[in-house]
Amino acid sequence: MSQPVLSVRNLNIDYVGAEGDFHAVKNVSFDIAPGEFFGLAGESGCGKSTIAFAISRLHRPPALIRTGSVIAVNGRNVLELDDADLRRFRWREVAMVFQSAMNSLNPVLTIEAQFYDVLKAHGPISRAAARERAAELLKLVDIAPDRLDAFPHQCSGGMRQRIVIAICLALNPKLLIMDEPTTALDVVVQREILQRIDVLRKKLGFSVLFITHDLGLMVQVSDRIGIMLEGELVEVNDAQTIYRQPQHAYTKRLWASMPKLRGEQTRLEAAP
Amino acid sequence: MSDMTSNAILALDNVSKVFGRADKPVYAARSVSFALHPGRTLALVGESGSGKTTAARLIMREYVPDEGRLLFKGAPMGKADAKALKAYRSAVQMVFQDPFAALNPTHTIRYHLERPLRLHQPDLDAAQRKAAIVELLERVKLDPAQMMPKFPHELSGGQRQRISIARALAVNPQVIVADEPTSMLDVSVRQGILNLLNDMKAELKLALLYITHDIATARYVADDIMVMYAGQIVEWGAVDKVLDDPHHPYTRLLLSAVPDPDRRFDDVRFADELSRIDEIRTQSALPQTQISQVGDNHFFRALPA
Repeated sequence: MSQPVLSVRNLNIDYVGAEGDFHAVKNVSFDIAPGEFFGLAGESGCGKSTIAFAISRLHRPPALIRTGSVIAVNGRNVLELDDADLRRFRWREVAMVFQSAMNSLNPVLTIEAQFYDVLKAHGPISRAAARERAAELLKLVDIAPDRLDAFPHQCSGGMRQRIVIAICLALNPKLLIMDEPTTALDVVVQREILQRIDVLRKKLGFSVLFITHDLGLMVQVSDRIGIMLEGELVEVNDAQTIYRQPQHAYTKRLWASMPKLRGEQTRLEAAP
Repeated sequence: MSDMTSNAILALDNVSKVFGRADKPVYAARSVSFALHPGRTLALVGESGSGKTTAARLIMREYVPDEGRLLFKGAPMGKADAKALKAYRSAVQMVFQDPFAALNPTHTIRYHLERPLRLHQPDLDAAQRKAAIVELLERVKLDPAQMMPKFPHELSGGQRQRISIARALAVNPQVIVADEPTSMLDVSVRQGILNLLNDMKAELKLALLYITHDIATARYVADDIMVMYAGQIVEWGAVDKVLDDPHHPYTRLLLSAVPDPDRRFDDVRFADELSRIDEIRTQSALPQTQISQVGDNHFFRALPA
């Protein structure tokens, strides 16, 4: 296997508190290969978003990454980057689509201005060239270039979400982190967006770290899946295997608590 | 849907609700008809903005229909007087989407359950009220002694939703409208709430309107299902018939977009619909007056030619 895009080793993250620390991420290790769609699943509070933020070093106190943890992106330990390196690293190597990203656009700037912001921060570029690049990026996510002069409130939620994804792709990142990117959208829009991401990652070759609590969706789109429980990564396997032959008791209970779309309907018991 | 209104406890009969300017009306509900029956669950599914919550608000009498009638036990609800309104409110209760916002953070659980009892059953004395609260908490599978003195912030999301359900049950309702009651809960907790709603429906012979965008949970709890788009109910009937053999293009689109672990992205159920998303949206938003019957208890609206 070629060098992984992301390699997490012995990641330990604590939330430091006055009355003792909360060990939110416990000794987590996993890799994401180039072009791979990796899903991270688990309930709220299991530590999945904490990991996502740590990868781009966006975690803030009281979160503390313990010494001995390694987060390597293309072989470079992110935890050792200085501020200047970190600025170059974000967006260019790892871009992140946040939960409710559609609300992360600046309401008083046009879409074009928001593309320009990102592009000019990462290299000299003329306004005209930036506009051209922005139009190209919008086309990638199926949005007409005339939207460049629109303000966020003039676009639908799904459209705003796709614009954020287009901005994230502006500097050709090697890894796109998506933390519950479609939770606030309805299923048809969700499908449109994820299908688009799937096509783009095959075309552009980036990897995806996809975080969701929608397990059905995760099995459908991911190549491999990691299941988290209370800060631990309890099972990692390819999507179909983890769905059809889950090994860990918790994974089995998760599938068992999921209502089915077809076939026999049995009373499901909640996973404790 | 005339056959559905017989022995119904609650029905919307050809109800429309229009917002916006007169020259540019927006139909939040367009000729909506359905009926709720004791001991049966009707699921209302559709995307955000399709009019699901408008339907709930029409039932809760927060909105007055611009056209059509709201029937309660067969009688049209017009401008009811205060007494009739109170009787209606205790017969028709609602469980909301956000269990974090639905409870008052400054009051105990006991207070939340005591208040509806005081208002709707003023004859009860303190001991009887307490007994009623204990019974309600036991019904929603919570420990009464432990729960009563607690405040909402001390409870998990699932526990809060159980309290919301207990509060709705406090006034002995005949109809419960549950608007996305599990969408803010984790999968593992969700199941417990759905089972609870199912049990309540069966034990108390409640008529349940379950509003959701989650088709899989709709299939789990409902007997009948309605698919709503742009204010119109485009397809309805027995839940398995509609989901196994969808006829309206929007229903097909919706079902092909539902996350399905048994199908990869390239393995698509209604590929044609998925490639015509914008066209189907445009067409399905037009008024569709012609209703076609597929079979026993399965109907859809035909797109205009």
